[in-house]
Amino acid sequence: MSVNWDLVWSSLGPMLIGAIQGTIPLALASFVLGLVLALAVALMRLSRYRVVAAIARAYVSIIRGTPLLVQLFVIFYGLPSIGVTISPWPSAIIAFSLNVGGYAAEVIRAAILSVPKGQWEAGHTIGMSRRQTLVRVILPQAARVSVPPLSNTFISLVKDTSLASLILVTELFRQAQQVAAFSQEFMLLYLEAAVIYWIICLVLSSGQSLLEKRLGRYVAH
Amino acid sequence: MSHTEPAAGATDAPVLEVRGLRKSFGDHTVLKSIDLTVRRGQVVALIGPSGSGKTTVLRCLNGLEVPDAGTVEVAGEVRVDFAAAPSRGQLAALRDRSAMVFQHYNLFPHRTVLENIIEGPVQVQRRRRAEAEAEALSLLGRVGLADKRDSYPFELSGGQQQRVGIVRALALRPQLLLFDEPTSALDPELVGDVLTVIKELADEGWTMLIVTHELAFARQVANEVIFMDGGVVVERGHPDTVLRAPRQERTKQFVDRLLNPF
Repeated sequence: MSVNWDLVWSSLGPMLIGAIQGTIPLALASFVLGLVLALAVALMRLSRYRVVAAIARAYVSIIRGTPLLVQLFVIFYGLPSIGVTISPWPSAIIAFSLNVGGYAAEVIRAAILSVPKGQWEAGHTIGMSRRQTLVRVILPQAARVSVPPLSNTFISLVKDTSLASLILVTELFRQAQQVAAFSQEFMLLYLEAAVIYWIICLVLSSGQSLLEKRLGRYVAH
Repeated sequence: MSHTEPAAGATDAPVLEVRGLRKSFGDHTVLKSIDLTVRRGQVVALIGPSGSGKTTVLRCLNGLEVPDAGTVEVAGEVRVDFAAAPSRGQLAALRDRSAMVFQHYNLFPHRTVLENIIEGPVQVQRRRRAEAEAEALSLLGRVGLADKRDSYPFELSGGQQQRVGIVRALALRPQLLLFDEPTSALDPELVGDVLTVIKELADEGWTMLIVTHELAFARQVANEVIFMDGGVVVERGHPDTVLRAPRQERTKQFVDRLLNPF
């Protein structure tokens, strides 16, 4: 089997455009929004008010208990039938953010709980309010603990954005599909797409190591 | 250091008045009506077996636990009656006037020594950063740790961490210092450094309530020793009396066991 290098080369352009204009911004925007949502949900789960905690628990349960593809389809193909039509990009960002929100909420909750109770007490005894203690004492320590699992979430998300091709978002995988359909070189083009995803994830992994090092400067090695 | 030293004079004014303090956790009653007075410049040592409630007393005074009943009055300025649930403001007012030193130091691991110390003065008391730093550095110098200002807690020994913990408490300029077994987590050879610092504070006239198992230290430093067991005060008085010639059989057993463990 000989490799059609011309095709590899000529398809690289559209795929990289798909990555740069689709995959990467989609993943970044969804992750940032998802993290904000996740922090809120994590704090709700830790709330003293049972109703608040129950709402957060139900949300996490629904997100984790249903396939991401189904969530995406409900938003893009389902909502129009009740009169809510959302275009592909916003649909994808909503679905992915909600998904990250559910998974990352559990990570953040666990990270907050992993900070020793004595840290809350130290904050209180120097006169800090709960909110001040949370922001200045607990969350910075929780952040360090949550970097590895949140990196996992982010890397999964980068790959999951390929599902957005099914709701007509032009991203890396959709570009690969289109070139493949045209040229009938499925093996070559899907492997090429896989390599590009892999490279993106390698870059992210090294970013994770840097971040861990930076946040770990106050821990014994 | 005049700005951190307690006001001189009025040595018999109570800094802490506790009456009828009660606390239960579920069905388990930990404190059954505790009375306690600490006067200005006095050092009171709270001793007793584990589970006797002595740590709970401290935690109630600093608002880490909310008592079920009783009154706590600090410096004649704040009086909280726990018959009703206290407001956040009342708990904050109690905390403002006392400072706690923990058994396990509880320094903030993500902040340097200096940042640990100025956190309360700058973030809570809204003092100027430069002023808080200057005061923190002079306090650090007094406990022999001036060169550790930029270290993180994990880079310090337990004894050094606890001295930073003490400085963090002093920097709040409290009326009352609360020590919760300040040397219990330390390696034996590091205990002396921390006790020396506490003794110096006593000599300077700081008002302190100390939960401790160091009986020799209590005898040397305390004005009064209180022996607690089962949530009540069994015996209180001059250290020489309580520790050397206790009147109560339970006190005698406890002291004997600590002095002669084998």
